[in-house]
Amino acid sequence: MQVTSRRFKEGAHDALHDENIQKAFSKVKSGFPVARAKTASELPEFEDLRDQARDLKDHILGNLDYYLEYFEDQVLLQGGRVHWCSSYAEAREVILEICRDADAKTVTKGKSMITEEMGLNDYLQEKGVEPIETDLGEYIIQLAHEYPSHIVAPALHKTKDQVTELFHESHEKYGFKERLTDPQALVNEARSILRDKFVAADVGITGANFLIAETGSTVIVTNEGNGDLTQSLPKTHIAVSSIEKVVPTLEDVSLFLRLLARSATGQEMSVYTTFSTGPKRMEDIDGPTNFHVVLVDSGRSDLLGSDKQDLLRCLKCGACMNHCPVYQAVGGHSYGWVYPGPIGAALNPHMVGLEEARHLPNASSFCGRCEEVCPVRIPLPKIMRHWREQAFETQVTPKPERWGIGIWAFFAKRPKLYRLMTRISARSLKLMAGKKGVVRKLPLMKGWSSVRDFPAPEGTTFMDQWKKQQREGK
Amino acid sequence: MPSRDKIFSRIRHNLGRGPLAEEAVNALKARIEGHVPHTIPKRTDIAHKEQVDLFQAKAEALAATVARISSLDDVPEALRDYLTAHNLATRIKMSPDPALDNLPFNMTPMLEINRGAAAPEDEVSLTPAFAGIAETGTLCMASSAETPSTLNFLPENHVVVIKASQISGSLEDSWARLRQKYGAGNLPRTVNFISGPSRTADIEQTLIMGAHGPRRLHILIVDDGPQD
Amino acid sequence: MSASSVENKKVALFVTCLVDLNRPSVGFAAVKLLEAAGCTIMVPEVQTCCGQIAYNSGDKESAKTIATQVIRAFDGFDYVVAPSGSCAGMIRHHYKELFDGDDTMMVVVEDLANRTYELTSFLHDICGYKPDGVQLETTVTYHDSCSSLREMKVRDQPRALLGAVEGLEIKESEDREACCGFGGTFCLKYSEISESMVDTKIDNLLASGAETLAAGDLGCLMNIAGRLKRRSAPLKAMHVAEILAGMGDKPGIGEGEN
Repeated sequence: MQVTSRRFKEGAHDALHDENIQKAFSKVKSGFPVARAKTASELPEFEDLRDQARDLKDHILGNLDYYLEYFEDQVLLQGGRVHWCSSYAEAREVILEICRDADAKTVTKGKSMITEEMGLNDYLQEKGVEPIETDLGEYIIQLAHEYPSHIVAPALHKTKDQVTELFHESHEKYGFKERLTDPQALVNEARSILRDKFVAADVGITGANFLIAETGSTVIVTNEGNGDLTQSLPKTHIAVSSIEKVVPTLEDVSLFLRLLARSATGQEMSVYTTFSTGPKRMEDIDGPTNFHVVLVDSGRSDLLGSDKQDLLRCLKCGACMNHCPVYQAVGGHSYGWVYPGPIGAALNPHMVGLEEARHLPNASSFCGRCEEVCPVRIPLPKIMRHWREQAFETQVTPKPERWGIGIWAFFAKRPKLYRLMTRISARSLKLMAGKKGVVRKLPLMKGWSSVRDFPAPEGTTFMDQWKKQQREGK
Repeated sequence: MPSRDKIFSRIRHNLGRGPLAEEAVNALKARIEGHVPHTIPKRTDIAHKEQVDLFQAKAEALAATVARISSLDDVPEALRDYLTAHNLATRIKMSPDPALDNLPFNMTPMLEINRGAAAPEDEVSLTPAFAGIAETGTLCMASSAETPSTLNFLPENHVVVIKASQISGSLEDSWARLRQKYGAGNLPRTVNFISGPSRTADIEQTLIMGAHGPRRLHILIVDDGPQD
Repeated sequence: MSASSVENKKVALFVTCLVDLNRPSVGFAAVKLLEAAGCTIMVPEVQTCCGQIAYNSGDKESAKTIATQVIRAFDGFDYVVAPSGSCAGMIRHHYKELFDGDDTMMVVVEDLANRTYELTSFLHDICGYKPDGVQLETTVTYHDSCSSLREMKVRDQPRALLGAVEGLEIKESEDREACCGFGGTFCLKYSEISESMVDTKIDNLLASGAETLAAGDLGCLMNIAGRLKRRSAPLKAMHVAEILAGMGDKPGIGEGEN
């Protein structure tokens, strides 16, 4: 998909002045985080499970080749097919090829971030295959020609009124003429339209939350049931997944399942957790005849062994963004690529390039809430800091910023000069403030004074006062 | 180089090693075959009768409804009562599962029973469950010729019959049951874990029931005694 | 009152750059409290800053040089105490990352890390200190700084100490663990986002109905107080050390002389 991370600041500015976006995202903190805190507190083992999940992910990543091969063998044994793709382009072609083999006119889709990454919908459309998103949130943004603003709730940025208008415009062709305002009625209308799409689709494409090596299964987790209709009604089921999602055993995935929904939405389990293993069996009376697993690398393997490997632990639960004050302020689209919030800030520079995504790891106050809630304890602030270091070393950091730090560091490394500078600053800022107690304008620190007054120093530095006291024997 | 080789060589290169040594491979294989669980929540470590109660309480908290009946023979009437109470259609699509063959539908002549996979026009399905998980009030459904999984999703109303003996504590217990039936390393085409009826919060984070799957989930627990 | 565990222990004050420049009274409040708790206080002269600004800006080399300076300056003390969770967190947790792989340095770094504390947690947990005879008739809402809370695990200590001030009542704010939007240079580089964050924070602080805002980090306090002044909102901002040391009646941060 198109990357607009370079425009982060502009996007954030627009979002901060967009009433709808502000309304939608300010609501986040009273929803998911509250529910997460509740279910987490109801499971005494929760913190232990997080430790175990972190360790298990590290074990998997250290043996990724083995578990992927094992998974592949099991899929083949169950009668499915595995397609290895090192790039998005390759994955798109493979998927199109399968659709063409199935003579597909329409394809239903469950929510899948990896297909967002590769821009699959536009590609299929271009090639004459109509993709239909079936997760309600994905469906809404597909109608609006947008992309997800949240990895779990993709249409989080849309207001009900916007959905009303969108459905009114788009559903007229199906004979739905009424302008609906009740959320239940809106859901019902989408349900009835998508019902026909499920039945008519030639191919169903889902993502995968997990791949089980032991059984060769792909796993999806949903609340709506759209993923299940997507993969059980058409003749062909394609599960698209990135390579790091493999999990050794059913016991192992149980550990992740206990963390996933709790961290994401505060549910103990999502409504539907579905394991798909091979195509339908000879005697089965429903289910797909063809089962394809498309495994995509596209940058993942390059994270292995790097100082950012921990990113591959991600379960895509969205807890980091749900708890992020920056995300809550600027929404998902400001981040300019598939993954918003802290995981995006830490991952996107790798996926789309540091120069393009330079702002993302910088636009964090390092408050640490993301790491505090990450079910697999990804040290997100630390990884963002690594990007900042890399940007500094490779001169991606803009010159004024580098100079600013350089000047400050010059003094900080020289205590005597530093004292002189602080002595002068304390006095002159106090003088500037006069009796007001604050300085209103700081020409050299506009970032500060555009928003806040600067509380005036008391006038003499601590160190000067302390030395004086010591000299005078207190 | 084919992509598969490229991916594997990158993985190994970045992990700083070649293919795993035989010893390591054997250890990993043994790990897979060992099925060793991680921490299982203590809440499941209770007597079977309490597990059944916990299952019911958890399922109800998920907006499923539950009725307890004393034998399979009570299913038709319990089903009829449920449908009447909610003013639902009386045409039922039932799994072609032999376990449901002898239900006395002669007691409920107003119910029209058809058997097979789900069709778009079906409004009510009646299916057995494979297992129940007390921990979260979750149903485990295993697909087969007798238990087509479309019945779990297409109809708006899903009625599930589960015997108390099929309910146990944790998710891990379901794996044990599945392995016992299908053999280790094998699963039927589709295993669904169902925790309440379908829902969405995609419009302004407002919870709406019945997104794509069933709007209502009704569970009939047959009190058939201790766990099997 | 004093506890025997710190009697005659040599405690070095890490003043912090913001306290040194902007609000020395916080430093003197810290000295007063630590002395009251029985410690012998020293203030090493070569300290400037902990290096966090450079560290968080990606300038690892400068951060290392400054850290080395701090490590030398604070060698030989039993404890190092800072009236800031952020600076203490930098020394306690992040210096190790700076010298990762340097085994010789790591020994000294770890030694310093283990001796370094945030002021209120040091007073409460190590000294067993409790304010005695301190009085302030006011209602206080306490803002948890992110580093105090998440890196230094400081949550209950400042509240327990404030609770011992006579006449002082604590009124907690909604979402009290949320960031105020300071974030060091973050508030300069992304001022609009920071503005939105600090406004959310201020709305919650004001809604608590408290007359005074207390916090343990001057960075947060200057950010919040500066924004409060810009919004002309009536909430007095004080460092927790000032209140505990009986300086609660002096003008709040950003307030002129009356």
